[in-house]
Amino acid sequence: MTPSAYVAAAPAAQVNSGLAQLSDDLMIIAILVYAVALLAFTIELGYGRRRRTVAEAAEEAAPEFAGVAAAGRTTAAAGESATSAVAGAGAVTETGAAATGAPGASAASGRHGPADDAAGATHRAGAVGLAATVLGFLVHGGMVATRGLAVDRWPWGNMYEFVAAITLGAVGTFLVVAFRYRARYLGAFVLIPVLLALAINVRYLYVDAGPLVPALHSYWIAIHVTAAIIATGAFTVSGASTVMYLMADRAERKRAAGEAVKGVLGRLPGAALLDRLAHRTVVFGFPLWTFAVIAGAIWADEAWGRYWGWDPKEVWSFITWVVYAGYLHSRATAGWRGRKAAIVSLIGFACLLFNFFAVNILFSGLHSYGGV
Amino acid sequence: MTQTTLRDIETRQDGGPRPAGLGPLGWLRWGWRQLTSMRTALILLFLLAVAAAPGSYLPQRGVDPGKVTAYFQQHKELAPILDRLSLFDVYSAPWFAAIYLLLFISLAGCVIPRLGQHTRALRARPPAAPRNLGRLPYHATFTVTDAPADVLAAARATLRGYRADGTETTVAAEKGYARETGNLLFHFALLALLLAVGAGAAFGYRGNVLLNEGSGFANTVAAYDRYIPGSLVGAGDLQPFSAHLEDFAATYVTEGRTRGQASSFTAKLRYRESPESPERPYDLRVNHPLEVDGARLYLLGHGYAPVFKVTDGNGEVPWDGPVPFLPRDQITYTSEGVVKAPDAGPDQLAFLGYFFPTSGKTADGKLTSTFPAPDDPTVTLLSFKGDLGLDAGVPQSVYAIEAKGLTKIGKSTTLRPGETLELPDGAGSITFTGYREWASLQITSDPGRTWALVAAVLAIAGLLPALTVRRRRVWVRARAGDGGRTVVEVGGLTKADGDGFAPEFDEITEGLRARLRAAPPSVGDKE
Repeated sequence: MTPSAYVAAAPAAQVNSGLAQLSDDLMIIAILVYAVALLAFTIELGYGRRRRTVAEAAEEAAPEFAGVAAAGRTTAAAGESATSAVAGAGAVTETGAAATGAPGASAASGRHGPADDAAGATHRAGAVGLAATVLGFLVHGGMVATRGLAVDRWPWGNMYEFVAAITLGAVGTFLVVAFRYRARYLGAFVLIPVLLALAINVRYLYVDAGPLVPALHSYWIAIHVTAAIIATGAFTVSGASTVMYLMADRAERKRAAGEAVKGVLGRLPGAALLDRLAHRTVVFGFPLWTFAVIAGAIWADEAWGRYWGWDPKEVWSFITWVVYAGYLHSRATAGWRGRKAAIVSLIGFACLLFNFFAVNILFSGLHSYGGV
Repeated sequence: MTQTTLRDIETRQDGGPRPAGLGPLGWLRWGWRQLTSMRTALILLFLLAVAAAPGSYLPQRGVDPGKVTAYFQQHKELAPILDRLSLFDVYSAPWFAAIYLLLFISLAGCVIPRLGQHTRALRARPPAAPRNLGRLPYHATFTVTDAPADVLAAARATLRGYRADGTETTVAAEKGYARETGNLLFHFALLALLLAVGAGAAFGYRGNVLLNEGSGFANTVAAYDRYIPGSLVGAGDLQPFSAHLEDFAATYVTEGRTRGQASSFTAKLRYRESPESPERPYDLRVNHPLEVDGARLYLLGHGYAPVFKVTDGNGEVPWDGPVPFLPRDQITYTSEGVVKAPDAGPDQLAFLGYFFPTSGKTADGKLTSTFPAPDDPTVTLLSFKGDLGLDAGVPQSVYAIEAKGLTKIGKSTTLRPGETLELPDGAGSITFTGYREWASLQITSDPGRTWALVAAVLAIAGLLPALTVRRRRVWVRARAGDGGRTVVEVGGLTKADGDGFAPEFDEITEGLRARLRAAPPSVGDKE
């Protein structure tokens, strides 16, 4: 006589098996295309050449002003785009330099020099990787859409569909960041977990397309689950960026200590840049996650007779929320900025993953829609 | 005006070093500063996350008391120790309350002074221009032919949307107050959310009731099978509504892989808001609760209540009515229950029964149910006589019998509607006359829920500007330079954490120059 009495029940609905089969095929194609993209990104990471930093470029063009001018411009451009940084530096020299000056964010953090804002090494393969990711994203989107059309409902009713949707959200967030901030250097670090998740999904979590249980018959599934999926996608990109930040930070510490930095570490973009990207994606994901939790509470109020009941899923959503809130605050707290905040962010991501995998599979609760 | 000044607005100061030789007041102040410091708030925040975790692993009384009992039986040694640490009531545990109350006191201690500061800042003028704009993180210098006064007028026009103030030679402008407004709104909304949740828990209640078709209940404590009141709710505070279950209907998938799964449940209710109000109908379904006078009725579950007529050894009828059986299997709805006839004589009678909505045979010939709908209802009964043990006054489950004091009589017998089982030795008989369906309802009253929703919505409304708006200041200074030209300096400042101000700053500078049809800029970066 618990509400989960209804969990096992499901309605009659026709499944379009042709579309369902198409969806399964598209999943495999998407995985293959992503694998190509990952290979290309890995080549860029392994063999790419660091572009001259803006400071270097400006120094060649107008050595007498370069120090200040380029520093300011780097701030202006690096966050936005590497190419415009170079173009920007050109514009500065052309008009006589130093329209804007000074170090901005990078200098404010004290330890880092302007070069921290440098974008990572680039290679022609990176562009191929980005193109392949776009293609994979479209195929992946088609997979999710056909799955939904096959069963005539929102395609998030079980673990298999959740993983497909969350990875789609992660790749989508990555593409936005890649184009808007020229941050395709995140590619390998985003695609590795995405491919792992998709492989696990196809191998272990696959269930045939089917109808939903009555408890999920509500328009709130579109609101609550969609928000949670997009937020999870954003947090995934943030996690990838944070891991890269910790690596790049180590590289910079080594460099500062006079040690040589070789291999992938030496080709990473500046730590400050990665840190900002990680922060931006959390700033995007956190309000969405908050909204997802609140929408879930409203739905729970309608379906289960209370808006908050400390169901395991609710507990871990709350914990995830609290840890990411802690991350946002720690960035504004002396002694916590930088590495410590980054580790808090990774703990938040770990809680998110735990909430998704462990709570769905290991714990019995009202959110037992895992369908594994 | 330095960068740290802006930081102060955004960031809490950490509690200072431990003072030496302070009086009690000084210690108190030191303690308060420690509590309201960001570092303490962060630690409390992380403690809250850690403290919430065990409740997801260990069974909780507030969620499922049955599982707690089972845990006690499985872990006889460990469970009492965990219980002493309130680990089966994590979210009402004193240590959990201590963490969140300290956190919220810390929060209040931080945001209330900030509210005062921000109110003053909202009315204050932007701070005067620093002497050396060239030292600001964003700055530009160029010369124009326009007079300084015209430059400043143009600067004000360019800085539309900024709050601007100025002197004869400078314009000071500031924008992005919404960041702190949103920040404060978010944190005050969280405080309000806590109050709403607390008020709802104290003044609300929830309870479960099981209704057979054709029966009803009035909203009183006595009517509930399980009743959990808030600490400030009295028995007289319950809303005086009543409800009656006319009919329960479920439909099931009849074909394919999902055969037997339910596709819909509807409980047809009639209800009155109060004994005087008119009776209204309502179709209660999952995800569609009924709201009456601030309380909400939810459809929780359903099952079958076979109807039995029991005749005892004296020829009397101690029981004639439906007996709710609990479903043991969600797909076939094979249900289990007991019929107790304590008023039977000379011996008390009891029956342990199974109800099969659509009876069928398993491969090895056992009776089972093949479908959850009542297509071929059948019961099997095992009969007992003796002492039910009810007279001792010890409460018993209505779904189980105490075997002690009872003797099994006869064999397990299968009955279809209308059939009667005659008990051996003239002990009596039992007739399976038919069945009804039952629905279990949950009734909740939470006067804080609307306020909790309002607070949550305000929190999101505050969160967006708090995270996305950038607070920035721009100063423009114009002074007469060489050769009748005017030297224009523009300086910008933003929170150190924020980046991406550069394009906006460039736009302002370029906009101002375009407005002034500026001559090519000078190279004056260093003054």
